[in-house]
Amino acid sequence: MKAIVYVTIKANVLDPQGNAVREALHALGFGEVGRVRIGKFMELELNTDDRAQAEARVREMCEKLLANTVIEDYRFELEG
Amino acid sequence: MRFAVIVFPGSNGDIDCYKAVEDAIGQPVDYVWHTATDLSDYDAILIPGGFSYGDYLRCGAIARFAPVMDAVRRAADEGKFVLGICNGFQVLTEARLLPGALIRNRTLKFICQLADIKVENNRTPFTLDYEEGEILRIPIAHGEGCYYCDEAKLARLKAENRIVFRYVHENPNGSIDDIAGICNERGNVLGLMPHPERAVHKWLGSDDGRRMFTSMLRAYEARRREVTV
Repeated sequence: MKAIVYVTIKANVLDPQGNAVREALHALGFGEVGRVRIGKFMELELNTDDRAQAEARVREMCEKLLANTVIEDYRFELEG
Repeated sequence: MRFAVIVFPGSNGDIDCYKAVEDAIGQPVDYVWHTATDLSDYDAILIPGGFSYGDYLRCGAIARFAPVMDAVRRAADEGKFVLGICNGFQVLTEARLLPGALIRNRTLKFICQLADIKVENNRTPFTLDYEEGEILRIPIAHGEGCYYCDEAKLARLKAENRIVFRYVHENPNGSIDDIAGICNERGNVLGLMPHPERAVHKWLGSDDGRRMFTSMLRAYEARRREVTV
């Protein structure tokens, strides 16, 4: 089974990287771009077939290490 | 008074911390590797600057799970002094020994310069030898030094007088409320982005950091006198 984890900066936390990318897109003529937020994408291979257990374990991984919930949100999908 | 300087793979301020203790207050000091599990011999723990574990994932995110961190937590619970400088501050927030988080500088640049910081609270064990409101010149060197916490936490930090240092004249990284350093509820754990250990001689550009070490020694001796009387 595979877990796909997305970690994003909370809406009320400054994302200077996203702002810089937005400015660059504007400079390239993509004026329709509004807010840009940059996050992280992680792919985890899991040695289990138990979906319910995998879900609980990946949530724990996110809470403990993969995201800092003070500044970041996370969500994940299980594949396979 | 015995000092431990914690060394993670990727620490680079460890020698500066060690030399600052030797030079400013002449107390015994040891390097302690991140795999250690016992810090009971020490009265103060310094967590130095650098890029622990390459700062992979987030600054301090992996270091906070190093074996030595359980011992750091115990030392903090026992009321021993724990000082986290730069990456050390990031490690302490990731470990939730201090609230909030340190995020990318507003300018996206790594900043290496002298910063002016104001002593907002001189009643901590780390700031006794400073005047309240005194402005210090202390070097900063960081890419992720922008302190952030939510409104409720900020209100609490202010109400409890736990903002120990603020940037003045210029906020180099965009930190909330110009915060440069904060302490825990008990005041025995301090985290700050500026590097006092790199400002211990005039010929280093400033000796304003020296008194952080003399403060710790004085606080420790005062506490010991209380215990023995």
